[in-house]
Amino acid sequence: MADGSIGLWTVPLAVLGGAIRVSTPFLFVSLGECITERSGRINLGLEGTLVMGAMSAYGISYVTGSPWLGVLAAGITGALLGALHAGICSLPRVNDVAVGIALMLFGTGLAFYLGKPLIEPTAPRLPAIDFGWWSDIPQVRAALRVNVLFLIGVALAPILYWAFRTTRWGLLIRTAGESSDAARAMGHSVLLIRLRATMVGGFLAGIGGSFLSLFYPGSWNEGLSSGQGITAVALVIFARWDPLLCLWASLAFGGAAALGPALQSVGVTSGYHLFNAAPYILTLAIMIITCSPKRTLTGAPAELSITR
Amino acid sequence: MTAEAADSTEAVGTVAPAADSGFLQRYGGTIEYVLIPGAALVGALAVFGIFVMLFGKSPLDLYFYMYYGAFGTWFSWQNTLTRAAPLILTALCTALPAQLGMVIIGGEGALLIGALSATSAALALQGLPPFIVQIAMVCAGVIGGGLWIMLSGALRQYRGVNETISSLLLVYIALAILNHLVEGLMRDPASLNKPSTREIGAVNMIGAIPGTDVHWGLVFGLIAAIASYILIYHTVFGFAARIAGGNIRAAKIVGLGVSKLILTVCFLAGGAAGLAGMVEVAAVQGRTNANLAAGYGFTGILVAFLARQNPLAIIPVAILLGGISASGGLLQRRLGLPDASVLVLQGIIFVFVLASDALYGRIGFLKGKS
Repeated sequence: MADGSIGLWTVPLAVLGGAIRVSTPFLFVSLGECITERSGRINLGLEGTLVMGAMSAYGISYVTGSPWLGVLAAGITGALLGALHAGICSLPRVNDVAVGIALMLFGTGLAFYLGKPLIEPTAPRLPAIDFGWWSDIPQVRAALRVNVLFLIGVALAPILYWAFRTTRWGLLIRTAGESSDAARAMGHSVLLIRLRATMVGGFLAGIGGSFLSLFYPGSWNEGLSSGQGITAVALVIFARWDPLLCLWASLAFGGAAALGPALQSVGVTSGYHLFNAAPYILTLAIMIITCSPKRTLTGAPAELSITR
Repeated sequence: MTAEAADSTEAVGTVAPAADSGFLQRYGGTIEYVLIPGAALVGALAVFGIFVMLFGKSPLDLYFYMYYGAFGTWFSWQNTLTRAAPLILTALCTALPAQLGMVIIGGEGALLIGALSATSAALALQGLPPFIVQIAMVCAGVIGGGLWIMLSGALRQYRGVNETISSLLLVYIALAILNHLVEGLMRDPASLNKPSTREIGAVNMIGAIPGTDVHWGLVFGLIAAIASYILIYHTVFGFAARIAGGNIRAAKIVGLGVSKLILTVCFLAGGAAGLAGMVEVAAVQGRTNANLAAGYGFTGILVAFLARQNPLAIIPVAILLGGISASGGLLQRRLGLPDASVLVLQGIIFVFVLASDALYGRIGFLKGKS
């Protein structure tokens, strides 16, 4: 089949491909944030974590030649930033939202600083699995080139859903999030639970960042993430702190984010910047529709400052 | 440790002269508000010094060039003050809603929309006397930015949407609108490589304060900060706002119109940031383009937190951070540090300032009363 004959089908195909490709960072950040917020704390700094993760993954992959080591480095960097957030938040009278904003600025600044020498060189990328081998159409094949990280993320969502419900670890996080008094009465340190939850959240967000620099778009530059991290944090709120809903929401977001480039590829260039803003507009619209001033959100952890 | 220190101070307080303890009672809080952020700043500078040392640069050189680039010469002072002007205004965008207990971090978006509105006003009124064009630009900038942040306030009040997240999302939306208009409808066909709007015209620029290179935007900022201070601490409106910020239920019980308070304060906050956008257009850029997204809105958040959301304290803090960003160029040229080093330092300062929140009321010798 010739290229031209699929015509306008390019757009939905590219959106499908985008839903798979672009959604991965959203997915990892939102799952990470989901864990952190379930423990009763919000980490707005994941935007900075995402950028730091992207930078360190690219750097390590370039130096060692192994993209998987890069992914690991990104996760560790994210966990360290998470530990920093949790550490500062454990001090008395420190506001977690403000610390998140600070770490957002710190993380992006540090990544730009350390990442300066990485703009030029090319690092080894993560491999992709070709699920489109059955098709002759290049666009279909392009849309179905799936990264392993995406599959891991998709598997992680139901695992987390299950873990929150049934495991001891999940119950502890939820207890800390619903009532820190109850957790304390059970003899657990709330600060320690939240420290671990924030570190795991940062680890996942860092991996989300590694996807940005090592797969798609697949290079390191300072404009790599523009608000994907914060969008993912907002996404957790309307996914009602449910990992499975996070997965669907991330896919929807990936699709929305791919709309601009997809339309551009078929020659619709006029509203390019507006289509690029689609994920932010979508986030805002969904938050407007789903939030209500009358009641607290269903499923919101009671200890979360942002919903109180 | 802390408890011990507090005890010993109490003991000292009973034997110390009454006048002395009265002094601490009256000014202990104020001293704290200067001492603790000051210590946080010093701590942050020390950590940043260690950070650059890891990259083989001398921290002493760093501090010297930072001082020299920020406050060392009349030239650097002017550079610093020019950068402080938008910072004062964008900091107000965070500090004013903070009185109501709201965390607004979307000053950058209001700045961009303000710049866009001011430019549109100037382009629409070409040919009129410059004074009228300038007034129209100020009004357009304030209204544009004001409505932008008021949107966040309204969403919070009527829909329960978190204002921190919505205001940040609006930054990216504002940037998309700006790029869309600058590359489409409002594009000057002559701007090839850097899409921009047409210029507002040299006669309509607001120019420099006589005898300096510092533009009038600094005066706008000072007036806005002082007016905000009076509004918050010396008017009934400000009193009502602070009550609503302290306890929203108490405010409702005494019959304050909380919605009106939130919308008005958010409008003023956004108006300040919008004015910053107008100033950047009318005093620096002369037109609207992507250069305007220079991060003043984000640094403004840091200024507001470092000033503990006090509009008067914002002025010196904005000058200080304006100085840090002014020294960035010199650090780049003389020490070979990347331009992002200013961002790193700002991030470290922010982290230290927030962590220092834990110290309030815990410094023994400042406890006038127990």
